[in-house]
Amino acid sequence: MGRSTKAGPHVTQRLPRPLHPGAWWLWALGMATAVSRTTNPLTLVVFAAAVGCVVSFRRTEAPWARGFGTYLRLGLLVVAIRVVFRMLLGGQYGTTVLFTLPELHLPDATAGVRIGGAVSLEGILAAVYDGVRLATLLICLGAANVLANPKRLLKSLPAALHEMGVAVTVALTVAPQLVESGQRIRRARKLRGAARRGNGLVKGILIPVLEDALDRSLVLAAAMDSRGYGRRADQPRGVRVVTATLVLTGVAGVCVGTYGVLDGTTPRVLGGPMLAAGCLVAIVGIRVGGRRVLRSVYRPDPWGAAEWMVAACGLAAAAAMFIASSVDPSNLYPTLQPLRWPTLAALPAIGALIGAMPALLAPPVDLGQASSVSRDVAVAS
Amino acid sequence: MIDFRGVTITYPGARQPALRDVTLHIPEGELCLVVGRTGVGKSTLLGAINGLVPHFTGGALAGRVTVAGLDTRTHPPRELAGVVGVVMQDPVYGFVTDTVEEELAYGMEQLAVPAAVMRKRVEETLDLLSLAHLRRRSLHSLSGGQQQRVAIGSVLTAHPRVLVLDEPTSALDPAAAEDVLAALTRLVHDLGVTVVLAEHRLERVIEYADMLVSVDSLGRVTAGKPGAMMRVSDVAPPVVRLGQAVGWDPLPLSVRDARRRGGDLRAQLQRCATPEEPVVAEPRTVLHARRLVVRYGDVIAVAGVDLDVHAGQVLALMGRNGSGKTSLLWALQGSGARHGGSVTVDANGDAEDADPSRLTPAEARTRVGLVPQSPGDLLYLATVDNECDLADSQSQRPPGTCRAILDRIVPSVDGDAHPRDLSEGQRLALALAVQLCPRPSVVMLDEPTRGLDESAKVRFAEVIAELATQGQAIVVATHDVEFVASVADRVVVLAEGEIVADGPTADVVVASPVFAPQVAKVMHPARWLTVAQVTAAVAAEGVR
Repeated sequence: MGRSTKAGPHVTQRLPRPLHPGAWWLWALGMATAVSRTTNPLTLVVFAAAVGCVVSFRRTEAPWARGFGTYLRLGLLVVAIRVVFRMLLGGQYGTTVLFTLPELHLPDATAGVRIGGAVSLEGILAAVYDGVRLATLLICLGAANVLANPKRLLKSLPAALHEMGVAVTVALTVAPQLVESGQRIRRARKLRGAARRGNGLVKGILIPVLEDALDRSLVLAAAMDSRGYGRRADQPRGVRVVTATLVLTGVAGVCVGTYGVLDGTTPRVLGGPMLAAGCLVAIVGIRVGGRRVLRSVYRPDPWGAAEWMVAACGLAAAAAMFIASSVDPSNLYPTLQPLRWPTLAALPAIGALIGAMPALLAPPVDLGQASSVSRDVAVAS
Repeated sequence: MIDFRGVTITYPGARQPALRDVTLHIPEGELCLVVGRTGVGKSTLLGAINGLVPHFTGGALAGRVTVAGLDTRTHPPRELAGVVGVVMQDPVYGFVTDTVEEELAYGMEQLAVPAAVMRKRVEETLDLLSLAHLRRRSLHSLSGGQQQRVAIGSVLTAHPRVLVLDEPTSALDPAAAEDVLAALTRLVHDLGVTVVLAEHRLERVIEYADMLVSVDSLGRVTAGKPGAMMRVSDVAPPVVRLGQAVGWDPLPLSVRDARRRGGDLRAQLQRCATPEEPVVAEPRTVLHARRLVVRYGDVIAVAGVDLDVHAGQVLALMGRNGSGKTSLLWALQGSGARHGGSVTVDANGDAEDADPSRLTPAEARTRVGLVPQSPGDLLYLATVDNECDLADSQSQRPPGTCRAILDRIVPSVDGDAHPRDLSEGQRLALALAVQLCPRPSVVMLDEPTRGLDESAKVRFAEVIAELATQGQAIVVATHDVEFVASVADRVVVLAEGEIVADGPTADVVVASPVFAPQVAKVMHPARWLTVAQVTAAVAAEGVR
């Protein structure tokens, strides 16, 4: 009896569905903000692991979801480049010299720049710490790209930005078309036996490709026009000016606020409060502007409990690091002089743990649907 | 439903109006077919229905066009989007999104249809046009017929009362065209949608039409019932010409009508010998291909094809869209991908046999000339004369050679005209002349009849036949069964990259349900392919 009620309506199995791309982005930006607050390699690695865990649990088979490995490799490349440059160009400090490279003697005018010379453990570690931070940032943003469907993100733009979204969508489809018509015309040129370069190339390929693109865009414009694109309610000029002012002021506020949040040395007022005020103004502007656009959205992505939770996880991770930076800054920026093992403090670890929770909180992905898309892509390519 | 009252449309800079004093009434629920040669105001007439002409194209409109009571003068195309749905000639160019489902919804989003209604209409339209299994597919991975059906569906979801289509089946293979036409007739019969469509391939459409609108070269328009209009029309599908030739009244418009009428004719012609293909004693093989393979990733486009091409023979390559025809042509030419097998081509005269893919592009085209699907791609200079001069110098022939070939194909093309301003037929002729200039052993054409009107097609068939009698080997990849019947000596049918049939035209097409021309269907099981053959036999019979 007890068992049957448990399996009954109380336990609703979560249906697979894609999470709102905005929620993934908020989560990823929260994680990135958290990561930007530390150079402690242990903390950073734990955060990267949290992000990787979420990606491996909740990524689909769609074409954009296959790039996570690339972001990881890009991160490693960043670390490697930083270390190599640090070894070659000076900026060495510390006493633990590992080896000495042959030094290039430069004229006095370039004082302060040294090429080659002694390479210290402290110098290399500083490069590694910085590099790992940058790499982890990249991984956070890469995770957003991998998890969120870029087209759905464009679709969920507010109505006032809809036309911009359509322009981006069209541009995204035009790029492969240009490549295709370039290939077609290049092949046709081969049929005429021409393998000329220079002027012939411009005349023979570039101009036909551009003509082709122009023809296509005219056809597309006619098609969009006859399908009702650009219908809008009339609005007085005054309202339009107010809309533009609000949106621009808001965006400026968001920029300043973001800078304030990310840079620990700016006054507190320019951080969170500025960001919040900027967002508010921009949202009002977009709402006012959106009223003139008459359109609806097909199968809009819902913003439900799962979206709130995923976004909150990212923000909580960022908050944990903010608190940590005022409680125990020395742990977040481990010292290299004297050399000491970095340690993982409790608060950043909790932050990373919260950041990993979307792996379970986000609804499962529908692999059946996704695999049909990927099959399709494989056939098309 | 659609009313033109005294409409004259003149484009800026044009010497004469594209449409002249058109008065036309198209009632609700009719399937109206617009015919006329290329370059007359067919597209203008279609564009005027939803106001694209003149709102989008420019030009001056005199008179009045009303659709469902709305005047296009005061309603630009986007305001008419809920009333008139327009499907362009090349559906791919008109797609805004990239999956089937989103494309179906796009128009409704613009019209601010509520989300719940949209969802329902998308599902209904998926079923109506049999697209449900494709709903998540990328638009660019679909076949031509599927794309055309998606394009129709994408305007249908807005529940327009009028559907306007420009050449909906001209790029499609026969089976895909049947699918699209079946969908259209279903709309007309079940939903009462008024359909206006322009089409060169009359033989495919005319039996479904309730009304025929003919546009002449002066921009004047005559309208009427198809049966009556066909009596005076200068363009007609083979069944109608057969009916005219043997004096049937009323004229048959479909194969079914003609078959019912044709019992006597079949009995009469049973006594005559069917025309035999001229047997070439020992055909000289100019191209040998063995075990040819072309693949794109996992997809095998050409799967081990053996093919010989003979001098003086017209070989038609048929098969549904995506069956590997184009890949095969490009692989034979040497500039396309080839992943296995061998090709050797005779040289005209001096040099040894060679594999064109091992030659430089300039040498390869002296062996095999290929006119691609869009012949305009071959042309990139500013005038016809420049193109001819370049062709002469590229192929090291005396100046004037290319022009002479062009004049033989279509006389009096203006030498100062820009190649893009030529008519489809003239542009094809120029591209063919350029490719014939180096005297290739084989000349290949990919879908040459697409966009050609009836008279241009007849002229083109004559050109092909003339080249063949001069000993030229010709390969034509095409969907156009009537064209094949009139010109090809031999037909090769491809399916999934393999040759499934290879033989004289009559052997291959007569028994085939998709590739048989109309006359063959009417005369079945006898092996008659064209109206000309039948009329010649009837005349001979009469004399005897």
